[in-house]
Amino acid sequence: MTSQVSHDRRIKNYHLNFGPQHPAAHGVLRLILELDGEVVERTDPHIGLLHRGTEKLIEHKTYMQAIGYFDRLDYAAPMNQEHAYALAVEKALGIEVPLRGQYIRVLYAELTRIMNHILNLTTHAMDVGALTPILWGFEERETLCEFYERASGSRMHAKYFRPGGVHQDLPPDLIDDIWAWTETFPKVIEDIEVLLVENRIFKQRNVDIGVLTQEQAMDWGMSGPMLRSTGLAWDLRKSQPYDVYDRMDFDIPVGKNGDCYDRFILRVEEMRQSLKIMRQCINELPAGEVLTEDRKVAPPRRGEMKRSMEALIHHFKLYTEGYKVPEGEVYAAVEAPKGEFGVYLVSDGGNKPYRCKIRAPGFVHLQAMDMMLEGHMLADVPAVLGSIDIVFGEVDR
Amino acid sequence: MMTVTTLEQLGKHIEAILEHEVTGFSVANNELTITARTDQIVKVLTALRDDPDCKFRILVDLCGVDWPMRPMRFDVVYHLLSMHLNQRIRVKVEADEQTPVPSVVSVYSSANWFERELWDMYGVMVSNHPDLRRILTDYGFQGHPLRKDFPLSGYVELRYDEEQKRVVYEPVKLTQEFRNFDFLSPWEGAKYILPGDEKAAEAEKDKA
Repeated sequence: MTSQVSHDRRIKNYHLNFGPQHPAAHGVLRLILELDGEVVERTDPHIGLLHRGTEKLIEHKTYMQAIGYFDRLDYAAPMNQEHAYALAVEKALGIEVPLRGQYIRVLYAELTRIMNHILNLTTHAMDVGALTPILWGFEERETLCEFYERASGSRMHAKYFRPGGVHQDLPPDLIDDIWAWTETFPKVIEDIEVLLVENRIFKQRNVDIGVLTQEQAMDWGMSGPMLRSTGLAWDLRKSQPYDVYDRMDFDIPVGKNGDCYDRFILRVEEMRQSLKIMRQCINELPAGEVLTEDRKVAPPRRGEMKRSMEALIHHFKLYTEGYKVPEGEVYAAVEAPKGEFGVYLVSDGGNKPYRCKIRAPGFVHLQAMDMMLEGHMLADVPAVLGSIDIVFGEVDR
Repeated sequence: MMTVTTLEQLGKHIEAILEHEVTGFSVANNELTITARTDQIVKVLTALRDDPDCKFRILVDLCGVDWPMRPMRFDVVYHLLSMHLNQRIRVKVEADEQTPVPSVVSVYSSANWFERELWDMYGVMVSNHPDLRRILTDYGFQGHPLRKDFPLSGYVELRYDEEQKRVVYEPVKLTQEFRNFDFLSPWEGAKYILPGDEKAAEAEKDKA
């Protein structure tokens, strides 16, 4: 008989190693979970497996060469990060962007937001057991990648936003095609909603999971959908507008309970608001230049270079020496799909950034995992992780 | 957005409530920068968070900057956000390899990983930190990669060794020499002697 043994036997918590290669880890995340039965007691995320030394590399590149690194941070939403960098450099240089350039940037920033949300929402649904949304969503995402390619020549790593505007003007038929897409996409959102929003299993996996209060969200430095799901209507596009966001008419969806379900619904609504902004941009798109005429910052057009010696010299100088940024420091932030994406730029007056700190929302959100998961079941880990919207390119930098 | 005058008012207000802890402020590029004494940073940030006229409730960012030519070689930069004022400020303190910076995790929970990153990247010591480990670099990594004296290529590279059936670390071998082009125009006040220029001075001397 062994019935009296259990009294004085000490029970040790079970340690579980989740990742770094796990389909629900959204990349290379290694989570050390301390479990009491099936209940998570402590979470220790080990990050840095995708660390590429972006900040160090940027210090060795000219200001224009550095843009490419921003595409490779959060590869689900490349242009939003270029946007933050371009704004920071523009602030340091004190240059203005032509109106058409600003509209195109806002148009593509919102297009990127939809791209990001499609990826996040559908993979989140897949993590909790729904396979169909990802198949439907990625068809649309592919269309968006084509819009990227037609504007910039690349499906993902666009390098399209430049300090001073955007690299090239949009071809006219592309604008028509984007407009046509904004008319068909709401149907896809509805279809995905029908599958998930009232779905019993989906709700059981998400409602009241990973609950955040406003106090916690602020204490942990959160931003974007994570913060808004707690009911705080804080959006940099409204509160500290950049480019032409102050001319746009859109609403900020907020959540009530701060749980995974609210964050899901909120992102779905954000896609609709982004569509609204995109349509306004296309309607109001003014004629004119897309890149600043300041030849000490932006290169001349190809045609000009064939005829003008001065243009040729400018081109040569910009692609070898680059431009010098006055000494000083700036911080510029944008409302990226995942939250506040900021760039802190220190210049020593040379042609390379002295220091470029990238403030990635995912890094801040991921460190709250321990707080959010405490007392949850093991099966809630992928749900919480999916609702945080993690991409390791930006967390590890 | 506030204008420069109100940013100056805010700076003066902060200087008034923290007269012994804050050493100065400046407004540049429409941004307010406050410098503070390193050992008082916890008090400064607590005051900025709780003061009813400031309410800087969110720590947006925390990072280091390396200035190897200075005696106190590191800047530690805190970016704060106040939703109440819709305003950002930057607080700066100085440190070196020996001077520890007090941890501000007790003020903002979000500082935890930022301070780990600060330690990892710059080797700035953080005192009273609950869990000061490396965060972004490899397990067992040596050195602090964002210091200006750390080479871009690093010191070690790794590969999978078929014989030992594990990943091995080796000193960096570059198949091509590392090239760092200096594109800064020599015609606009170069700070160094151009190759060949030293002969001009000698020629002058010979003539005289």
